[in-house]
Amino acid sequence: MWRDVLFWVCAVLAVVSGVAVFRVDSMARATFALLASFLFAAVTVLLLDLPYLGVLVVLMMIMEMVVMAVFMIMYMMNPAGLMPMTMVHNPKGSLAIAVGTFVLLATGVLVTPWPGSDAPRPDDPTMQLGEALMGSKMLVMIVLGLALFATMVCTVVLATHRGRYDRYGDRLERKRPHDPIRGGLGR
Amino acid sequence: MTLQAFLLLASALFSVGLYGALSQQSIVMIMMGLELMVNAVIVGAAAFWYYASPDRPDGQVVVLLAVTAMAVEMAVGFAVTTAIFRSRDVDMTDMAADLKG
Repeated sequence: MWRDVLFWVCAVLAVVSGVAVFRVDSMARATFALLASFLFAAVTVLLLDLPYLGVLVVLMMIMEMVVMAVFMIMYMMNPAGLMPMTMVHNPKGSLAIAVGTFVLLATGVLVTPWPGSDAPRPDDPTMQLGEALMGSKMLVMIVLGLALFATMVCTVVLATHRGRYDRYGDRLERKRPHDPIRGGLGR
Repeated sequence: MTLQAFLLLASALFSVGLYGALSQQSIVMIMMGLELMVNAVIVGAAAFWYYASPDRPDGQVVVLLAVTAMAVEMAVGFAVTTAIFRSRDVDMTDMAADLKG
């Protein structure tokens, strides 16, 4: 009973704070509204007897939103609501598409006869996940690791202003670096 | 708590995220919309694991995949924002419409 109440409270709050992300007039407030939405959604995951994944989502989202707040301040369009301006384009069309998508998805959710399962739930879902990742689902883990490594490389490449290939040429063949301003040791 | 209730929550989160991704001008706000959509996948996959196939780990693996996708999306999104802002002083999608057909 209390699980039902908690689920519906968290579900409503997750959607309300998700809507608030695009309603508040400051991007810093939007970040924390998004964090609230993620936390309420994570509580519903915790209610599904998935303590590891629920806590993982909570911890990751807190860190992610703190990092996001920094970038928010870097690229803020309307700092603290001091400079009122429109931050949206085509809001009516977007709203129509979003509402249409929700109606379509909700209809599908309500009319589809979803399969149930009488299979026994595992004693420890975390153990089930860990054994899968180190066994039958190892390919997923390998691809995820590779994707994360590729992400690290490409984020550094994208965010670097002037790297060694800009300074020493594509084949690193220049004797002296090509810098806009001369200077430095021995130059 | 039923599977339908969880999937309704996931649909609502997905639609809110879709609205944000379509309507916002700031690249960072678009990424917030995308994150809400991935979050809907997390809720939906966890509910499917619990109600439809708790004896198999597939649902949990999808949740892990979605969490990773979220992290990758945010990191690459900010790197792209930094790159385009550095080269052209652009932080809004309307100013980066070169590929508009």
